[in-house]
Amino acid sequence: MAEYRLQTPLSDEDVTKLKAGDIVYLSGTIYTARDAAHKRLVELIEKGEKLPFDLQGAVIYYVGPTPPKPGEVIGSAGPTTSYRMDSYAPTLIEHGLKGMIGKGKRNEAVKESCRKYKAVYFGAVGGAGALLAQRIKEAEVIAYPELGPEAIRRLVVEDFPVVVVNDTYGNDLYEEGRKQWAKA
Amino acid sequence: MRTIAYEDIVKAIRDTIIYSTTHLSEDMLKALQEALQKEESPVSRAVLEQLLENAELAAKETKPLCQDTGLAIFFVKVGEDVKVEGGSLKDAIYEGTQKGYEEGYLRASTCDCFTRQNLKDKIGYNLPPVIYFDIVPGDKLEIEFAAKGGGSENGSRATMLAPAQGIPGIKAFVKEVISNAGPNVCPPIVVGIGIGGSFDMAAVMSKHALFRDIGSTNPDPELDELEKEIQEDLNKLGIGAMGMGGTQTVLAVHIETFQPGRMCHIASLPVAVNIQCHSSRHAHITL
Repeated sequence: MAEYRLQTPLSDEDVTKLKAGDIVYLSGTIYTARDAAHKRLVELIEKGEKLPFDLQGAVIYYVGPTPPKPGEVIGSAGPTTSYRMDSYAPTLIEHGLKGMIGKGKRNEAVKESCRKYKAVYFGAVGGAGALLAQRIKEAEVIAYPELGPEAIRRLVVEDFPVVVVNDTYGNDLYEEGRKQWAKA
Repeated sequence: MRTIAYEDIVKAIRDTIIYSTTHLSEDMLKALQEALQKEESPVSRAVLEQLLENAELAAKETKPLCQDTGLAIFFVKVGEDVKVEGGSLKDAIYEGTQKGYEEGYLRASTCDCFTRQNLKDKIGYNLPPVIYFDIVPGDKLEIEFAAKGGGSENGSRATMLAPAQGIPGIKAFVKEVISNAGPNVCPPIVVGIGIGGSFDMAAVMSKHALFRDIGSTNPDPELDELEKEIQEDLNKLGIGAMGMGGTQTVLAVHIETFQPGRMCHIASLPVAVNIQCHSSRHAHITL
């Protein structure tokens, strides 16, 4: 279990050194998107149109924050359950996405895409929304404001704490961790 | 007849929603601290430490513990000798919910099932709440509130077992549900189990079971024993905090049965499992 500090956008070299279970502190720009935004991104790719942000080396955070109070950068901002993005994620990975942050299991297609195109799935601590918001220094809606909490936001994060769940070698922390601690 | 002012109900609900979504309930706080002492897996311990730090920060800044501030769930016991003055009880609950969520900067998480559109300007901010009313003797109004997140709801299940499956069947079903839910429901969790009644009643009881304090005893000694057995069994799964592997997955199992007498139909054995994530936001108001 190693610890890394990485700056976005991520390169192949950045992600291939990571193994399931490693702790990573991410800094730089990341983007938020949930189901509704993913649907629109994939539709743009299928039509060959330009995306609202550059996907090369990008990291997407699956989050729908609470509204900020006056003076706050962002409200509570912990991860949402990732499987709802499983049907869209492989297309984004194929087009340059290098990292996803969420919580919960991914399907085989996502894990296979992580192997094939060198991308990683990070887990953040669900329910730690107040704590994680502290690591977000800037937040700005850049697309689909009509989606409210589901709009695409550009975030600037500093030492955002995540754990590698699915790496580029086919390892899965959820399966391995459980095997290690299960009792007959 | 005792009268309670509509505005007093609105205010009590508003204030309770804001407080309980930013302050982790005492029983959960204690349970997480105990889990941290017992947990053997380093990665799960790191998660538990983050959760305790999050709870402290949320309370200090009055910031939501979790961005999923949930559907608003109410169990309301209305005394037969209570009269609400100035409006209806249901309207007061709706208004208190809207005010609590909007003025507390909580998330409006309700949407149209089909279009998935947020209708906060048409239907109301995070409306409608889910309300279960009961009529009881007395002149009090008792309101239980929970902010129930989507992740742990999505992992919840109900089934109709054959009566012959009995307790082993119940245990196997609960284990299957928790095993499949794995990391998705934000463990460590509390498992609410409703047994008996009808298909729908089992589900309602499984949700209500989550209001009981963690660490409290089931008044039915047989069920208390069963709760402990199920908890031990589930912790053998090794799921751990946020599913990253560990020994402390289930903080408590709470069983509710259909009263009086743990009843159901002679042909059925309804069982429902409602999961509560570690971000337990439950509150009790008596007016």
